[in-house]
Amino acid sequence: MTPLLELRGIDKSFGPVQVLHDVGLSAYAGEVTALVGDNGAGKSTLVKCVGGIYPVDAGQLLFDGREVHVHSPRDAGELGIEIVYQDLALCDNLDIVQNMFLGRERKNGLLLDEDSMEELAERTLSELSVRTVKSIRQQVSSLSGGQRQTVAIAKAVLWNSKVVILDEPTAALGVAQTAQVLELVRRLADTGLAVVLISHNMNDVFAVSDRIAALYLGRMAAQVRTADVTHAQVVELITSGRSGDLGLKNGVTP
Amino acid sequence: MSKVKELPGEAIVTAAQAPSVRNSLAAYVQRVRGGDMGSLPAVLGLGVLCTVFAVARPSFVTAINFANLFTQGAAVTLIAMGLVFVLLLGEIDLSAGFASGVCAAVLAVTLTSAGLPWYVCMLAAVLTGVLIGTTLGTLVAKVGIPSFVVTLAGFLAFQGLVLVLVDEGTNISIRDDVVIAIANRNLAPWLGWALYAVCVAVFAAVQLRRAHNRAGRGLAADPLSLIAFRVGALALVAGAAVFVLNLERSRNPALVSLTGVPIVVPVILALLVVWTVVLRRTAFGRHLYAVGGNAEAARRAGIPVDRIKIMAFVICSSMAAVGGIVAASRASSVDPNTGGSSVLLYAVGAAVIGGTSLFGGKGRVLDAVLGGAVVAVIENGMGLMGYGASVKYLVTGSVLLLAAGVDALARKRAAATGLR
Repeated sequence: MTPLLELRGIDKSFGPVQVLHDVGLSAYAGEVTALVGDNGAGKSTLVKCVGGIYPVDAGQLLFDGREVHVHSPRDAGELGIEIVYQDLALCDNLDIVQNMFLGRERKNGLLLDEDSMEELAERTLSELSVRTVKSIRQQVSSLSGGQRQTVAIAKAVLWNSKVVILDEPTAALGVAQTAQVLELVRRLADTGLAVVLISHNMNDVFAVSDRIAALYLGRMAAQVRTADVTHAQVVELITSGRSGDLGLKNGVTP
Repeated sequence: MSKVKELPGEAIVTAAQAPSVRNSLAAYVQRVRGGDMGSLPAVLGLGVLCTVFAVARPSFVTAINFANLFTQGAAVTLIAMGLVFVLLLGEIDLSAGFASGVCAAVLAVTLTSAGLPWYVCMLAAVLTGVLIGTTLGTLVAKVGIPSFVVTLAGFLAFQGLVLVLVDEGTNISIRDDVVIAIANRNLAPWLGWALYAVCVAVFAAVQLRRAHNRAGRGLAADPLSLIAFRVGALALVAGAAVFVLNLERSRNPALVSLTGVPIVVPVILALLVVWTVVLRRTAFGRHLYAVGGNAEAARRAGIPVDRIKIMAFVICSSMAAVGGIVAASRASSVDPNTGGSSVLLYAVGAAVIGGTSLFGGKGRVLDAVLGGAVVAVIENGMGLMGYGASVKYLVTGSVLLLAAGVDALARKRAAATGLR
């Protein structure tokens, strides 16, 4: 099976500091790939390279088997790669529909086509079985953290995206809301999207992911199937870059 | 759609929002309690002020004074309508008052010295506004100078510019009939009623059509009772206003008859409708709210934030130009003080009293009109009570502070109740 999104040999430096060394990553359609790693391991940098915010120094980005070049967030969006950043980027003073279509409003001549936007937003939310919002004309300011995350994810899904990358979606959420968002993440993959989930939380990772990719000090320590590893092994990969036969040999990708 | 309908999420997404008169009222009360008061303070304030003045000075409730309110408040209201766009971004334009003065001076100079026809002169005045707005907006958005400083500089510089235009302080009188008519003549009574009928009919048609379209798509639509209530309320208030304005208000009707809706009223109405449609129904308006709410989110959504900011300043200064034209028309002259003294603060006050937030992201053009009415009533009523400029300034300053305080407290309350 070809990965939908594949990175090969990505290098990235900020001045004298090399943040990513020869990083490879594969994400498959219909699966959740968890990207784990300690603070400063390079998870966010890697995601921003994919999203076109940072240019890479070396390496290839393959989308559905063919090499592509992403120079801006717009390029990424056109390929079908959507990234939900930690701060969500929602406008509090707009309602859910307005936020979901922000910057890509549907128009009817000069005027906005509110009705068709509302219809599509409603359909997208119900396809994701979102049933926690009272009305999709509610202002985002009145939503809870979990609901905001849901709206941000639905916004990413609205655009026929194929790859959705979520940066720590549960970091600021309570127990019940975390469960809701994880359920949503799983459902995204089940509808055929390739989902990359950045997370610190081992429980979340084991709850929803199919594969785990562990970054250690800017190197990809290992990519494994979630079913093949234990909690303890993943923690070892995160903290020391190796665990038994898995991981880096002498600090270098084998 | 049929597949989607069966999903469990659907029912709950729409169930709670079926609107009726009662639900809408309940939702409104909840919003107000949550700190989102909109124009409620302005409407209540208007009621209180009118009652007080009516009791203290019976001459306040005469047809002639009612008509005066419109012509007195028109210029400030128009400037405030433009200011709403800048305030929505969380910015401020302190130069709007003197920008209107500059544009009025351009109008006067082109009319008198150059002797050009009125439409050319008005166009020149509005284009001057566009130029001022482009300059201010570019300095704020592209160079990155805080709008407070840019427009404070404009406030001083435009004062000088007016002096240059009117030759260091002469008073240029305007004799063009069309320009003078704007703030000094009235519509024929039948025309007032015709305009009234068209407005109510169009409002009703738009509301009905929207409800029909939404119901056709299976979206929650306003019920007929709610639409009837809105249309009825508009018909009643506007009808009463037209009726009073069509009464004879001349002191000596045998000599000269004075009836009809002042021409500034349809001018304000037309601009109110245009700008409301721009804000509520176009992508530009949506993006303006987005930039005011969260500029970073807007930028990431691909919205050209700088361009939106410049446009807001252009609209603000152009509306200041329109306000300047009306002010020049009302005074039939332009002098160095046109658009000066309290005009700017009255305009900012009008927008804020109406419910536009100084923090950005919240406000409507209608706010400026309601707030403008409050300011006009204060000015007019205090004048009738025989108070001088000192008391007027003190009261208007306090009202502005009160409105800004209400805005800030509402924001705090909203944060506490989780609505913002």
